[in-house]
Amino acid sequence: MAGFEGAAPLAGFGAEPQRQPHPPPDRPAGLAAPDAIPHAVLAAKGVGMKLSDIAQVIRSKNAGPRRLTLDVMFGSDADYQRVAQSPALGAEAIGRLYGVPAPEVTVIPYPAGRAIKIVMARKIMAGDPGEKDVYGAQQHAPLLGIEI
Amino acid sequence: MSASGRVLAELRRSRRPLRLMGASGQLGYGIPAPGFARGLAWKPDLIGCDMGSIDIGPAYLGKGEMATSPGATKRDLRRVLRAARELDVPLVIGSAGSAGAAPHLDGTLAMLREIAREDSLHFRMASIRADIHRTMLLEALRGGRVMDFDDMPPLTEEDIREAAHIVGQMGTGVFRRALEADVDVVIAGRACDTGIFAALPTLLGFPTGLSVHLAKIVECGSLCCVPGGRDPIMAELDDEGFVLESTNPERRATPTSVAAHALYEQSDPFTVVEPDGTLDLSLAKYEALDERRTRVSGALWRDTDSPTIKLEGARFIGERAVLLAGAADPRFIAQSKEILPKLSDLVRDLVCEDREQDYTLRWRVYGLDGVRMAVPAGEAPPGEVFVMGECIAPTRERASEVMRTCKQYLLHFGYQGRLSTAGNLAFPFTPPEVSLGPAYRFNVYHLLKVDDPDAMFPMDIETL
Repeated sequence: MAGFEGAAPLAGFGAEPQRQPHPPPDRPAGLAAPDAIPHAVLAAKGVGMKLSDIAQVIRSKNAGPRRLTLDVMFGSDADYQRVAQSPALGAEAIGRLYGVPAPEVTVIPYPAGRAIKIVMARKIMAGDPGEKDVYGAQQHAPLLGIEI
Repeated sequence: MSASGRVLAELRRSRRPLRLMGASGQLGYGIPAPGFARGLAWKPDLIGCDMGSIDIGPAYLGKGEMATSPGATKRDLRRVLRAARELDVPLVIGSAGSAGAAPHLDGTLAMLREIAREDSLHFRMASIRADIHRTMLLEALRGGRVMDFDDMPPLTEEDIREAAHIVGQMGTGVFRRALEADVDVVIAGRACDTGIFAALPTLLGFPTGLSVHLAKIVECGSLCCVPGGRDPIMAELDDEGFVLESTNPERRATPTSVAAHALYEQSDPFTVVEPDGTLDLSLAKYEALDERRTRVSGALWRDTDSPTIKLEGARFIGERAVLLAGAADPRFIAQSKEILPKLSDLVRDLVCEDREQDYTLRWRVYGLDGVRMAVPAGEAPPGEVFVMGECIAPTRERASEVMRTCKQYLLHFGYQGRLSTAGNLAFPFTPPEVSLGPAYRFNVYHLLKVDDPDAMFPMDIETL
């Protein structure tokens, strides 16, 4: 499953941005810890990366029982700017990943939190028959492997 | 004089910054003791706890049961009650008993009365009901005062009649009324989490925008910190801003972590809609005082001239039973999406014969698509899957009958190329069919237009 290798530690129950204890195994050799060099600097050298290599937090949750919200947070302004400007996190691309029409996907840049928020309608109301994820807490997975 | 009267009188006599402690974002799951002790040593003017949410799904509201265990819930209640009485400061708890309807509030009040008796505590307690009267709501619906939002289908009279419980989220004004009644403890049914912490400062004339912003952050405990967590949080409010500090020295409230908290479980990080107005965070400023403390300012408040109450209701939809099994045969896994519908048809013919199907039957195959909304094409098949069948039927016996039949026929289902003719499933235990009891779904999630958002939540006061 592309994207799970070396994924950043994810927000757990009541969790939040956490520093990575170790560089992920698939990080190119010789690169420093995630916070030391903005990934944008590496990108400028032509190092392609997955969202899970760049973001500090990639999480999903309900925003009320009829909306799913995805938050992607970054450790530096440079990383935030790089991803915020990328079409890879645009409504079109996210809609394709989640099987939702692009007009129903809202992408909200939130520079104060160095974060990008994505909001979409849940396919069913939280807890309705056929529910897969009552809290919506595991719907972030498709974001992890996005190439930036 | 009781605690709220004392704190209000003291602050009105000599104005100083107000200290609020958010003890728990979900009372009943334990409060880390070291942080709680540090928070108390800091001498807060109020201890607040949120106890519920709609995130936990419709079952608790429908059944009238708490999500937390009675033992842990009572332990947490005892801890915050004893602390508040020792400091003689108000204890304010919102969304009592997980979902905040009558059985949840009554269960919470019963525990508090037990604790008072067992520990010889004496105090004045306000309790506020959040239940919405059906007759009133039917009249409001007919009068065009119920609105839908977030693409929810319009409310119907049947929804109102069929809901097991209907609650409204009370706002800050209701908590203000309770604190003005000179009480030690305020226990609210379903409530906006902001009311717990915004009521005292707004009564004292602190700016509403700052008070509500503070409330929105501290109701989650130290979740706004890095690393975030469940420890209590402290907030000190003045007329220009407030300072946040976790009670756990390892958790840092940084400008980015606090700002990012505005994202949490919200669809819009810049606005928070409350019954009586809107919090505007677009000009909010976050400044580091040091490594662990952040000062927040700039939030604005706009009163509304059309107040609304958010309603929540859940209705019974049947009895639920599930089948739990694993599988590791690659051919079974590869064909599972064809096998399971065929099995469902086979079972229907067996348990219904000539009758109409009176139940719903669903399958989730964990390893393939049990979790995600959409699955990318071409994903490699897993070595094992977990198969869960779910039946919702009119009675417990009927749901169980369907699941037991599924178990037997799926175990021995013949599919193309089958080599494992002794059984298709691995059961972790038997019986692998489990009755889960009554199932519910949210059927009310609407806005009620009201003239006075505080008038519909009745308050009782008792002296223990």
